[in-house]
Amino acid sequence: MDATPKITPRKSSTFDDYSLSEIRRAAASGLYDIRGGGAKRKVPHFDDLLFLGASISRYPLEGYREKCATDVWLGTRFAEKPIHLKIPITIAGMSFGSLSAQAKEALGRGASQMGTSTTTGDGGMTEEERGHSTILVYQLLPSRYGMNPDDLRRADAIEIVIGQGAKPGGGGMLLGQKISDRVAEMRTLPKGIDQRSACRHPDWTGPDDLEIKIQELREITDWQKPIYIKVGASRPYYDTALAVKAGADVVVLDGMQGGTAATQEVFIEHVGLPILGAIRPSVQALQDLGMHRKVQLIVSGGIRSGADVAKALALGADAVSIGTAALVALGDNDPALEDEYQALGTTAGAYDDWHEGRCPAGITTQDAALAERLDPALGGRRLANYLSVLTLETQTIARACGKSHVHNLEPEDLVALTVEAAAMAKVPLAGTDWIPGSKSD
Amino acid sequence: MPDIDLGVTPLRELNAALHRLTPETNERHWVIENPAGRHAIAAGLHVPVTVEINGPVGYYCAGMNKLATVLVHGSAGVGVAENMMSGFVHVSGDASQAAGATGRGGLLRIDGNASSRCGISMKGIDIVVKGSVGHMSAFMAQAGNLVVLGDAGDSLGDSIYEAKLFVRGSVKSLGADCIEKEMRDEHKAAVHDVLARAGFNSEVDPSEFKRYGSARKLYNFNVDHAGEY
Amino acid sequence: MCGIVGLFLKDPALEPELGRLTARMLATMSDRGPDSAGFAVYGAGEAGQTKLTLRGASPLAMEETAAEIESAFPGAKTILHDTHAVIAVPDQEVEAVIKWLEREAPETEVVGRGKRMELYKEVGLPQKVAERFDLAAMRGTHAIGHTRMATESAVTTDGAHPYSTGKDQCLVHNGSLSNHNNLRRELKREGLRFETENDTEVAAGYLTWRMREGLSLGDALKVSLDDLDGFYTFVVGTENGLGVLRDGIACKPAIMAETDKYVAFGSEYRVLAELPGIGQARVWEPEPATVYFWER
Repeated sequence: MDATPKITPRKSSTFDDYSLSEIRRAAASGLYDIRGGGAKRKVPHFDDLLFLGASISRYPLEGYREKCATDVWLGTRFAEKPIHLKIPITIAGMSFGSLSAQAKEALGRGASQMGTSTTTGDGGMTEEERGHSTILVYQLLPSRYGMNPDDLRRADAIEIVIGQGAKPGGGGMLLGQKISDRVAEMRTLPKGIDQRSACRHPDWTGPDDLEIKIQELREITDWQKPIYIKVGASRPYYDTALAVKAGADVVVLDGMQGGTAATQEVFIEHVGLPILGAIRPSVQALQDLGMHRKVQLIVSGGIRSGADVAKALALGADAVSIGTAALVALGDNDPALEDEYQALGTTAGAYDDWHEGRCPAGITTQDAALAERLDPALGGRRLANYLSVLTLETQTIARACGKSHVHNLEPEDLVALTVEAAAMAKVPLAGTDWIPGSKSD
Repeated sequence: MPDIDLGVTPLRELNAALHRLTPETNERHWVIENPAGRHAIAAGLHVPVTVEINGPVGYYCAGMNKLATVLVHGSAGVGVAENMMSGFVHVSGDASQAAGATGRGGLLRIDGNASSRCGISMKGIDIVVKGSVGHMSAFMAQAGNLVVLGDAGDSLGDSIYEAKLFVRGSVKSLGADCIEKEMRDEHKAAVHDVLARAGFNSEVDPSEFKRYGSARKLYNFNVDHAGEY
Repeated sequence: MCGIVGLFLKDPALEPELGRLTARMLATMSDRGPDSAGFAVYGAGEAGQTKLTLRGASPLAMEETAAEIESAFPGAKTILHDTHAVIAVPDQEVEAVIKWLEREAPETEVVGRGKRMELYKEVGLPQKVAERFDLAAMRGTHAIGHTRMATESAVTTDGAHPYSTGKDQCLVHNGSLSNHNNLRRELKREGLRFETENDTEVAAGYLTWRMREGLSLGDALKVSLDDLDGFYTFVVGTENGLGVLRDGIACKPAIMAETDKYVAFGSEYRVLAELPGIGQARVWEPEPATVYFWER
């Protein structure tokens, strides 16, 4: 008789390698896992949407000769000096502190070359940033680190941060390794300690009091600057309606794929919506209030290519914002540094322990030696190249759909590959006229 | 000496006029009548002038004040002198929540009571309260001095960093990582200095105050303190 | 989110002014809540009589329904106010009238009932709402009012405050509860009915339930601190009094003013600024997690 064959060892889907390693780590340390970046697990996203290019009933535009405009005005509702961007892609808020000064400078150079804006983060405005960004959006966060009226007045717009997609309901986090002398001084913190963060604003709670806060900011800046409100995607319909009622010029909506410098892993993966499910409700709120295109909508969270940009615009956004992608363009997670990533216990493409401040690319670090590895001028050129490609790709798709301005993309230009994406984006499943969950369903 | 009636002049016009002032201006003393609880009065000042407001003000009066002196003859709403950079703000009545919130410099004096969250997230401002302060005062306070002649409410100095708190009366309870600390000569001198700058002319004895500050146990995460977060 | 106003008169001489003062307070709170407004006025009551405040789809519909009620119930007396009507009926006929309405006029809603309470609410700017119902002409001992900026539920009249879930009881709320869905399910099992998805309606139902189970309003408010989660400032009206409660974190604003003639509540000081004698009033902010109550 043959020996009984062994069955194939089978790992558990529930208790997979990652979950097992995390339980072991938690048991050893007693501390939750902290990392940077956005949600990594697969969620319905723009990949599940497709455009309907021109055919017999629709005519495309010729490339280059026949214009496809990409500019966008932000802040036209109340601001005396609204912002005019050449492209509908902005750089999202990322702090000096979470990023090196060289990285901030590179972002400014690249964005300015393409006629778009950068945004400060949870640490305040640096001279380099103001110097290198032609259009700079200044964030007002719960922490108010570095907040001052002079920077408020020399900003081009003000962004009141309620939350961000990676952690709606959470505050900023910067661990001691990155609280260098300069960061400590800007934030009025002792050097080397772990920054604890407020998750609510100190002097207002709720949209009724937010309205009064916005009024104060407008009075201080003599009503000149556009005021944005940024929220993590959570209850996008209500949040957008309330932002409008509170008096915002622009709504910035960040999905769960949007990155953070550092927060608890469970927060990133299990709180907040994918951006795909948040855009239509937000646009619906604007339309219900008669404010679509009058209060502009900027969306972010997993924008990678011009296809993503075009899809976001087609669903009703006025512009998109990039964070993670911008850092990758600068050189983050570059396979050329694989040896160093291995030394850190990770691999290129997976490195997300940015809070430790040991970024081999010199981007998410305060270590002077590492930060020097990033040449801001070169980084700026790379970012400008990338933004240029995003724009050209968006225009390619828009022209194929017959649009002379990217804002003329509309939901009816899209179909979905999956039932989930069809329901979330409210576009039909490809080849059908079925939109799951719609009133006519 | 400009005299403005907010019942007649729109607030936006007043604030715009105040913002246009240069350091060499001759209009150094402004009197505002009829504030009637309006918000953001005299917010964003940036020259060393004096603005006197006859009546109660709403939210964010003297918000982000720089260099100016703002005198409120009445009570103040939420966030008076929020994020002040420098200068002096004096409220003769009570102040509502978040008085001096995130203030980075200058001096705020409140003759009545301040409500909850007085000095929340303060980053270098000095605050003197003749009356009492409410709950969660000096929450996450990073730098500056809070001097309270009356009592303090629950959770004083919760999650405090390096601000120094001095309370003459009772403290209902202390917040996470906030402890009583020794009152040494240099602290008495600091209290004396703040009070003198606020105009108290030695009528208050610094020895009567107790000092409160950070135990510094939350500065780097330790699992044994997890309950404090 | 919202603005709240409340006025409790200690001095009977001010009773003819109640409506005028409340209307002005309400108008000041338009900025905080432009979507809809409502108020409850506690005026004269008669022993043995209950006042039902009804809301119809339109002034004409309300007028027709009121006429039908009067012919079906000879003991009923109606006074019309735009889309609303106050119907006074003998106590023993109240249930019959309500059943009649459910059968014959299901679109007409009973928004309030009690010996003295009348309750009005509509979509629109607070000042306009007050004018529609001529609040300025109303008199009584106490009133509460509310201006709404809808947060998580729709801008409809149903979403407007005050909410009434008991006789002479009503509630207005500024804030946002976070466990109201679970509570609503439990209260439904206890037999309470809810018309909306609104969190304030749940709070009103919760208090009614507690009082039905034997607690005083003061004690019901006290235990609510444990059972209700979220941020809230409540102002409650009862037949003879007015109550105020803020949650333990107390982020939402609340100002009170007291003289020997009245006690007043507002979400901002501006609300109180034009009350008689405000210059000499004691002005203070209610402490968190503390029940305040004034009664005639």
